[in-house]
Amino acid sequence: MKRIISLLVLNKPGVLNRITNLFSKRNYNIESISVGLSEQEGMSRITCVIYVESEQQSEQITKQLNKQVDILKVTDITNQAVVARELALIKVQSNPHTRNEIYSLIEPFRASVIDVSKDSLVIQITGESEKIEAFLELIKPYGIKEIARTGTTAFPRGTQRQSQQKHNFSIV
Amino acid sequence: MVREAALTEEVKTKLETITGADLLMDALERENVEVVFGYPGGAVLPIYDKIYDAKFLHVLPRHEQGGIHAAEGYARISGKPGVVIATSGPGATNIVTGLADAMMDSLPIVAFTGQVATSVIGSDAFQEADILGITTPITKYNFQIRQLEDIPRVIKEAFYIATTGRPGPVLIDIPKDIASTITERPEEAEMDLPGYQPTLKPNRLQIRKLSDAVGAAQKPVILAGAGILHSKGATELLQYVEKTKIPVVHTLLGLGGFPSDHPLFIGMGGMHGCYTANMALSQCDLLINIGARFDDRLTGNLEHFAPNAKVAHIDIDPAEIGKNVPTVIPIVADAKAALLALLQEECNEPAHSEWMETLKQWSAAHPFHYDQASPKLKPQRVMELLYENTKGEAIVTTDVGQHQMWAAQYYRFKHADRWVTSGGLGTMGFGLPSSIGAQIADPDSCVLAIVGDAGFQMSTQELAVIQEMNLPIKIAIFNNQSLGMVRQWQEFFYESRFSHSKIPVQPDFVKLAEAYDIKGYSITTEEEAERVLAEVLHTREPVLLDFRVDADENVFPMIAPGKGIHEMVGVKE
Ligand SMILES: Cc1ncc(C[n+]2csc(CCOP(=O)(O)OP(=O)(O)O)c2C)c(N)n1
Ligand SMILES: [Mg+2]
Repeated sequence: MKRIISLLVLNKPGVLNRITNLFSKRNYNIESISVGLSEQEGMSRITCVIYVESEQQSEQITKQLNKQVDILKVTDITNQAVVARELALIKVQSNPHTRNEIYSLIEPFRASVIDVSKDSLVIQITGESEKIEAFLELIKPYGIKEIARTGTTAFPRGTQRQSQQKHNFSIV
Repeated sequence: MVREAALTEEVKTKLETITGADLLMDALERENVEVVFGYPGGAVLPIYDKIYDAKFLHVLPRHEQGGIHAAEGYARISGKPGVVIATSGPGATNIVTGLADAMMDSLPIVAFTGQVATSVIGSDAFQEADILGITTPITKYNFQIRQLEDIPRVIKEAFYIATTGRPGPVLIDIPKDIASTITERPEEAEMDLPGYQPTLKPNRLQIRKLSDAVGAAQKPVILAGAGILHSKGATELLQYVEKTKIPVVHTLLGLGGFPSDHPLFIGMGGMHGCYTANMALSQCDLLINIGARFDDRLTGNLEHFAPNAKVAHIDIDPAEIGKNVPTVIPIVADAKAALLALLQEECNEPAHSEWMETLKQWSAAHPFHYDQASPKLKPQRVMELLYENTKGEAIVTTDVGQHQMWAAQYYRFKHADRWVTSGGLGTMGFGLPSSIGAQIADPDSCVLAIVGDAGFQMSTQELAVIQEMNLPIKIAIFNNQSLGMVRQWQEFFYESRFSHSKIPVQPDFVKLAEAYDIKGYSITTEEEAERVLAEVLHTREPVLLDFRVDADENVFPMIAPGKGIHEMVGVKE
């Protein structure tokens, strides 16, 4: 099961280390972590995508994170209406014959070419991870030379639809 | 005239300018620190220069690990944080085991480590160790001082974090240059911990739910852990038990939280717990866990643990609730606060007379047992003698192994905060130094350090401290010439292939004691044991007792690893 956990943390040295340390100490499986400044001064927002085996395990992760002195807020936003985005840079092989074909693939994904050389293109794409996966699948046959992905960053949408099942993991 | 003015000016600036180390001394005074267990070295020399004039007692262990274990013993008995100082690099890494131990057993420790100067941090300078990186997973929190003016605030926060919520060790790393930099006295420090807010008060709804469950139960049992002791809630536990008449099982670390001579006390549960306690945990229909963490050494195989019970769990750490055992009544709170709330709540007594009858029968039929007819000196008998000769009033510290389990089984604690043992980490070498801290915390009580012949040798050097301070600790070595607990496991699970678990070559422990100017006795028979104990236990000087106990004795009952809590072997039939 994939979970997206959003953390609001103090922007202090060593905080990221504490979080990754906790994940490895408790044997949790992280897919990605993305870190950046938040709207509040002195605080950062961290988005972790993790794999868990059960609800019980994801509850345990949330609680362990909550205990961290430098973490102000832990929200499991997996089941909320969220905006989640990832950015990927992809360097693909290209030659005059394939270049146009690649351009035609890029368009429907609203990706863009940000660097061109004699035998390669660098494509920038943003979106949900699934969209990036789908695009990579399509582009693979041309020969991918390098990929750099930021990992998902996310937060809840302004309005939550009523039907959306919400999870609140604090147990009291 | 002019010269005199200049002089007073100089005196004045001297009075107003202080160093980082002074700020540390001030902060320790503000926190009412009475004793510090510390060991000097290069990086903490500026601090030691101030300690030269300090008002608190400074104890010099003979190894930093001994220092932090002593601080743990002090913390457990006094209820106050144990304070430790070590130098950078090897000094700091020498306290790592103690930090991990304090983390596992939730003991409040504030440890200061020296660090190399700020300008060379990260350059593999002489005696540099990344102690923050090393201790992040085994401390509740750690700090490195980056700015001199942060010292008062950081120390205030460290003591607050160590002692509130679920207690634990906190480390403060202080670069040498910061300790010696001159500064002006800063203003009163305010804590700044927006992410740290332990929940103390229970949720009323859950308290109601638990009270209803108690009224409806037929086979209730309370599992009382060390949370009772940390929250100083032993009196409230007793009141609650008298109100509800629910029988009590203790965890290893909880011993003393409930008086063992009380008719509603069943005994200790777990791997070497008593038959009745384990069967009660296995067959109950309502299990009220107060301040225990369902450690695997208590529960055995989780599949067979309390399969028919409704589980209520009171814990100050929300992450412990539901971690191992599914819980229907979660109560995040300080144990004492929860008990006070429960005492105020209306609650019917459970209809459990049949259950009580069953428990009584089990206890009568299956007590702890050993071969009393044996001509050999039985360790269990020695433990009984220690209990009888101290009337169950002593402070007992132990090392780790068979002797630890016998102490837990046969020393029947009547009072809270008399028991110091390493449970979660199971740290050999803990028993002797922790007795030092315990005796300092309570100078008037009789302190027994119950240790194995192997574990004792992991901390022997601390005899020097005991002698130097003339601490009247009675050291009882259960000498079975082996790593007894390891030997027992090899006997049961590895076809008696005793790989490196027998140590026939021992020092002469009596002579060793004498080398430290401590009186020693070697004891080989029960009569000798009775005579010597009657003679020495009441003296105001340290004594070492080398009990030559039966080397082949095993601890029973036992739940083999992977087995359910009801599947005990070695139960008296
Ligand atoms: C530091 C450390 N190393 C190893 C162990 C594993 N261990 C647990 S009990 C034990 C034997 C202890 O022997 P002794 O101190 O003589 O006590 P006994 O069991 O004989 O009473 C050992 C080696 C441990 N708990 N701690
Ligand atoms: Mg031994």
